[in-house]
Amino acid sequence: MALLEIRDLTAGYGVMTILKGVNLSLEEGEIGVIVGPNGAGKSTTLKAVFGLNTITGGQILFDGEDITGTPPERLASRRIAFVPQEANVFTTMTVHENLEMGAYARRSDISAVLDHVYSVFPPLKAKRNQPAGELSGGQRQMVAFGRALMIEPRLLLLDEPTAGLSPLFMSEIFDRIIAINKTGVSVAMVEQNAKQALAIAHKGFVLANGMNSFTGTGAELLADEDVARSFLGG
Amino acid sequence: MANYRRDIILFAFLAALFAVVFATQGTAYSLRLTVEATCYAVIALGLSLQWGTAGLFNVGVMGFIAAGAFTSVLITYPVNDAFWAGDGPALLGFTALKAAIGVLAIWAARQTRRFGFPAWLANLLTLVALAVTFLVVSADLDIAANVIEKEAEWVGGFGLPVFLGWAAAGVVAGVIAWFVGKICLGLRSDYLAIATLGIAQIIKTLLKNADWLTHGTLTVSPLPWPVAGAAETGFETARATYLALTATLLVIVYLLLERAWHAPWGRMMRAIRDNEDAAASMGKDVNRRRLEIFVFGSMLMGTGGAALIHFNTIFDPSGFIDLNHTFLVWVMVILGGAGNNRGAIFGALFVYVVWTMSEPLSLAFFGQVRDLGQAWFGWVAPDDLDSRAISMRVFVIGLTIALVLRYAPQGVLPERLSRKG
Amino acid sequence: MNELIFFVNKALISGFVIGSIYALGAIGVTLVFGILRFAHFAHGDLMTVGAFVAYVLAAAAAAAGVTAPVPLAVVVLPAVIVVTAVMALGLDRAFYRPLRRAGSPGVVLVMASIGVTLMLQGLIRLFAGPRSREMYFTEPKDIFRIDIPGAASKIVVTEPQLILFVFTLVAVVALHWFLSRSRLGKAMRAVSDNPDLARITGISIETVVRATWIIGGGLAAIAGTMLSLDVTLKPDLSFNILLPIFAATIVGGIGQPYGAIAGGFLVGFSETLAVFNWSVLLRPIARFTDGAFEVPAKLAFVPTEYKLMVPFIILVIVLIWRPTGIFKGRVL
Repeated sequence: MALLEIRDLTAGYGVMTILKGVNLSLEEGEIGVIVGPNGAGKSTTLKAVFGLNTITGGQILFDGEDITGTPPERLASRRIAFVPQEANVFTTMTVHENLEMGAYARRSDISAVLDHVYSVFPPLKAKRNQPAGELSGGQRQMVAFGRALMIEPRLLLLDEPTAGLSPLFMSEIFDRIIAINKTGVSVAMVEQNAKQALAIAHKGFVLANGMNSFTGTGAELLADEDVARSFLGG
Repeated sequence: MANYRRDIILFAFLAALFAVVFATQGTAYSLRLTVEATCYAVIALGLSLQWGTAGLFNVGVMGFIAAGAFTSVLITYPVNDAFWAGDGPALLGFTALKAAIGVLAIWAARQTRRFGFPAWLANLLTLVALAVTFLVVSADLDIAANVIEKEAEWVGGFGLPVFLGWAAAGVVAGVIAWFVGKICLGLRSDYLAIATLGIAQIIKTLLKNADWLTHGTLTVSPLPWPVAGAAETGFETARATYLALTATLLVIVYLLLERAWHAPWGRMMRAIRDNEDAAASMGKDVNRRRLEIFVFGSMLMGTGGAALIHFNTIFDPSGFIDLNHTFLVWVMVILGGAGNNRGAIFGALFVYVVWTMSEPLSLAFFGQVRDLGQAWFGWVAPDDLDSRAISMRVFVIGLTIALVLRYAPQGVLPERLSRKG
Repeated sequence: MNELIFFVNKALISGFVIGSIYALGAIGVTLVFGILRFAHFAHGDLMTVGAFVAYVLAAAAAAAGVTAPVPLAVVVLPAVIVVTAVMALGLDRAFYRPLRRAGSPGVVLVMASIGVTLMLQGLIRLFAGPRSREMYFTEPKDIFRIDIPGAASKIVVTEPQLILFVFTLVAVVALHWFLSRSRLGKAMRAVSDNPDLARITGISIETVVRATWIIGGGLAAIAGTMLSLDVTLKPDLSFNILLPIFAATIVGGIGQPYGAIAGGFLVGFSETLAVFNWSVLLRPIARFTDGAFEVPAKLAFVPTEYKLMVPFIILVIVLIWRPTGIFKGRVL
C-alpha cells in the first residue's frame, strides 16, 4: 500500500481551478519529486494534500486513510509535516521556540527529538535563543526543516526547499534531504532545480497545465528526451 | 428592464411607506421627516462612496456632519456687532499672527538639517518650537476667548447667504478629511476607523467647549433658511420648499455620482477596490485616488449635515451623537447595499422613517410594559424608564448591523456588476 | 515639599491608576488584533459589562450579608472574570466566528464589533439606566494617608488603587509567564506571528481564538471593575475609554502584549501630565527667584475638558512617525 496516494485530484483557489486531475503515488521510504513549468500546479498539489486550498474533486489517501480536505491542524498528529516555500518560520519567536512549536501536536517528552534535530543542524544549537527572523536565509531554512522534523514525520512535504539559496547551500540542502530520507522519512517535494532533484528521487512526476504529463523513476525522467527538452532546459 | 425590477419594487414600497406616513402623521410632520430623510440620503451617499467604492472605513461621520454644520452656522448667522466693536477681533488677529510666526519657526527648525545640523538637534529644535508655539498660542487664545465671552458672548456669524454656508460646510469637512486621510490611508484599514472615531469625538468636544467660537452648549438659533421661512409662507409651504431644495441637492449629487461611476474614473476606482495590488502594479496611485474619495465623501457629509442643521434652525453641539449621526448612517448604507447609490438612497429614506417612527413606538411599548407590570405584578418601574426605552433602539441598531453583515452582506440593492466595457 | 506631594497625588498616582486600566484593556485589544486581525471596538463596553457583572454579584453578596475586609466587588472578581470571559466567547461564537468562517475581510469584522458594542450599550442602559452607581455596599472605602516627614500634606492612596496595583502586577507577571512558558501561550504567539504556518504545525486556530477571548475578557473584567471601584460605575464609558486603549495598542505595536502595557502607561501618564496644573510646581520656584517671573494661576498643556485629545494626538504622532509602534510590531 502506498503511503501517499493522490487520485484524480482537482483543486484550486476559490473559483479558480488549477489542478485538473493529478495522480500521484508514493511508497513508504521514497523520495518523490514533482517538477514542471511555472503555473503547472506543483505547489498547489502539495498545498491540497495539506488542506490549504479548495479541493473540488478526487481523493487523497495517506497510509490508506482518506485525508481529503482534512484541515491542516489535524494532519500534524498523523505525522505529516510541511515546509512551505515562504514564511516558513515564526520570525518573532526564538529558534528553540520554533522547534517546540513543531512538536505542538505531540504531547510526549520532546527532549530526545530536540537533541536529534540539533545534531542534524548544529548551527541551530548556537542560535537557539535568537529570534528566527534575525537568521540568514540558509539558517532559516534549517529552522524550517528542524521544525518539520520535530513531529518525527512519516511524510515530509517540501515546497521548493532551495528557492533563493546560494548554489553551495543548495547541495547542502539536497544532502540533508537524502539524510532525512535515510532515517525512514518519505519525502514529497516540489523543486525548480529539476535535474538535481530528480537525481536524488525514487519517483518523479512531471506536471503540466494541472495534469500529469510524465511519471517514472527519477532516472527514467532524467533519461527521457521529451522531459529533458520541455522541462530540464535541453 | 428586468434588471431594475428590484429597484422598482423597493422604491414603490418606499413610496407606499411615505404615503402611509403622510396619511397618518399629518403633512407638516411628514414633510419634516422627509426633509431630514433627504439630508440623511446625501450623507449616506457620501458614506456609500467611501465604503462601497473604496472600502474606506469611516466611523466618524458625526464629526464631519458637525464640522460642516458649524461652518455653515459661522458663515450664515447674522453678524454679532458687539464682537466686531470690541477687542476680540484684534486679539484673535494677534493670536493668528503669533501662530503664523510659530509655524514659521517650526518650519525653520526642520530646515536646520539642511545646514548641517545633526538630526537629533533639528528634531529637538522642532519639538521646542512646537511646544513654545503651542503654549503661547493656547495662552493667547485663552485670553482672547475670555475677552470675547465677556464683551460679546461669542463671535457670531458673517451673515452670508445660506448657499455659501453649505458650500463652505463641504469644504471644511473635506479639509479635515484630507488631513485624516493623509495620515491614515497608507496604513491598514482599521487605523482609519480608529482615527475617524477619534476625530469625531474631538470635533464634538471642541464645538461643545469653545464657547467664544461656537456658543457651546448655549446653542445658536434661529439659523437662517435658504428659502422663505414659516413666518412668511406658512408652515407647510415653507417645509415643502425646503424639501424641494434638499431633494434637488440629492438628485444632483446622485446624478454626479452615477456619472462618475460609469466614467473611466469609476472603473479605476472599482479596479482599485477589487484588486489593490494589480491596480497599483498598473501604475495607479492607489492612495491618492482613495484620498480623493475620502475627501469627496466627507464633503457630502458636511453639506448634508449643514442642510440638516439649518432645517432644524438650532445648532446644538450636544445634539451630535454617534448613534444618530454615524451608526444610523452606517445602517442605511449597509442595509441599502454598499456601492450602489440607489441602495444608499433607499436605505437612508427607509431607515430614517423606521427610526423616527420607532421612538414613539418604543415609548408606547415601554409605557404598556410599565402599566401591565404595575397592574399584574405590582412592579414599580424605574423613573428613568423613558430614557431606557430609547436605549432599546441603540440595541436594535447594533443588532441590525450584526445581522445584515452576517445574513445579507450585500444589502437589499447589491452593487450591479457591469458586464459591458 | 507640599507641592511635590500634590504632584505625586494628582499626577503620578492617578497616571498610574489610569495607565493600569488602559494597559489591562490594551492587552486584550492587542491580542485580539494580533490573532483575529481586527480592531475590536466592543472592548470598552466589554469592560463596562464586566463592571456591571461585578456590581450585580457584589450587591447580591451584600444582600446575603457577606462581609469582607476588601470591597465586595474584589471578593467576587474571580466569578466576574469567568462570566465576562464566557460572554466574550459567546459574542465570538454568535457574531465574529460566522464572519470568520465566511472569509470576511477584517473591516467587516470591525463593523460587526461596532454592532456588538451598540448592542452591549443598549442592553446596559436598558437594564441599568443612564445614571452612575457607587460600587461600595456595606464596606467603607478605605483611604491610606502616608506621612512624609517635614511636609504638611500626605500622599493619599485609596484601597481600590492599591488593589489595582496588585492586580496589574499579578496580571502582567502571569501573562508573561503564560506567553513565554506555556504551550498554549506560545501557540498564541505563533498564530499571531504566522497563522498559516501555525496551522501547518498542528495548532488549532479555534483553540487559540478561545484562549484569546478568555484572556481579553478576563482582563477587561478586571479593568472595568477596578475603574468603577476607583471612581464610579458609569454606563457610558465606551468610546471615551476605547480611544486611549486603541492609542495604547498602536503605540505599543499591534500584537505585542508588552508593548500594550507600556503603551497603556504612556497614554495614562501623558493624559494626567497634560492636564496637570504645572503652576503648582512653578510657584515655589517663583518664590525663590523673588518674583522675577509671574506664574499664571492655571498652566496646563491641555484643559481638562479636552483630555480626550491627548490619546488622539499620541495616536496621530505614532501613525505618522512609526505606524508599527514604538516596539517592533506587526508588519502592516
